[in-house]
Amino acid sequence: MMFHPTKHPTSSPKARTTLNAQALACRRGQRFLFAGLDFSLEHGRILILRGPNGSGKTSLLRLLAGLSRPEAGQLFWCGMAVPPSGAGLSEQVHYVGHSSGMKAAFSVTDNLRFWARYLGGAEDRLEASLEALDLEALAHLPVGALSAGQQRRVSLARLLVAPRPLWLLDEPTVALDSDNQHRLTGLIQTHVQNGGMAVIATHTPLGVDGANLDLRDFQPEAQHMAHDPLLAFED
Amino acid sequence: MLAAFFSLILRDMRLGYAQGGAAGLVIAFYAITISLFPFGVGPDAEILARIAGGVLWIAALLAALLSLDRMFQADFEDGSLDSLTLGPLPLSLVALAKALAHWLSMLLPLVILSPLFGLMLHLDGASMRVVLIALLVGTPALSLIGAAAAALAVAVRRGGALIALLVLPLYIPTLIFGVGAVEAVSGLGSVSANMSFLGSLSLIFAVLGPLAAGGALRLALE
Repeated sequence: MMFHPTKHPTSSPKARTTLNAQALACRRGQRFLFAGLDFSLEHGRILILRGPNGSGKTSLLRLLAGLSRPEAGQLFWCGMAVPPSGAGLSEQVHYVGHSSGMKAAFSVTDNLRFWARYLGGAEDRLEASLEALDLEALAHLPVGALSAGQQRRVSLARLLVAPRPLWLLDEPTVALDSDNQHRLTGLIQTHVQNGGMAVIATHTPLGVDGANLDLRDFQPEAQHMAHDPLLAFED
Repeated sequence: MLAAFFSLILRDMRLGYAQGGAAGLVIAFYAITISLFPFGVGPDAEILARIAGGVLWIAALLAALLSLDRMFQADFEDGSLDSLTLGPLPLSLVALAKALAHWLSMLLPLVILSPLFGLMLHLDGASMRVVLIALLVGTPALSLIGAAAAALAVAVRRGGALIALLVLPLYIPTLIFGVGAVEAVSGLGSVSANMSFLGSLSLIFAVLGPLAAGGALRLALE
């Protein structure tokens, strides 16, 4: 059931990891968020998801993380089809969503140490991860006592404690000040220079080179008008 | 995979005793519920000793229930559950680890304290030993059944009442054999037969509970 295609790019920098999607479709209730979505992502590249609120950016990221299943279509990891059942890509990806995934009662260090152990990372990366996000001074504070931007940095530090080839970032700049946005840009650039990949949903320019994918291009034409019972009554 | 499993158990046990954790609450609830009975049925030692087995068991069921609703909900709300699915464990093993942590941090202290409360209810030495062993063998089923119900109600606001409705009927067999073991000390039936049933219930739900919980969590994430 488990899907173990290749080693991490950090352990073997020449690994040719690729991610391809063919005719992906995602449905929420009666409405298709997107359909016929194709893209391909090579190692060392970044895909930037664009589109207005509700266009399916988060849904696509969760779908890539294996948190939900596509309505139709197929994902390929290094050319191999990802089986729809089973763990999928889950052990190849990091997903940083809107919520931090950290326990408010635990300190920054305790939270990150848990994720390092749980996600199969090394605890000796902990110090470097704290440093990379300028969290050393906050390391012993409970996460619940931190500001929104500081909590966001803690959840970004999880990307570094357990190296994984594909980063899925959902609005990673939210609540970050400009210094920390630059820090984030640097982290993403280092990640892809080492052969990693990233799919990023964002509304603010990140200053990284990446292919743009606008989800509006894959919206089925006006289909939701016909199916939405609330809109139908308005005529 | 084993390292992830044990680190999750350890984290959840620590959470139970951290600020905002439910472990202290559960133990206090257990103590207060039991101490209500001498007030309710009177201080007659004979009557209290007769109902003591049932009282200890029912208080344990209710105390277990009290702490179930947050078993997965906290992780669901703060996004931890998303990241837990990205580790090496399938969701059913995540559920098993969390159910074990629930038992170790919430119910095992109750089991250890139960002789103290047995004393308060005038339970004699032989029965006390049986109660202690019966609770030790039977209470894992409470956490394991509870895990399935807590996973089903994970996305429900105020899911506590829903969990109680789902879980209490499933607790009845454990209650029957748990009390049966204590009654058997005074001659009604066999202690070991009741113990065997308790043990088998815990083992059956060690398989069924996490599997059901894993499926329910998968649905909740979509």
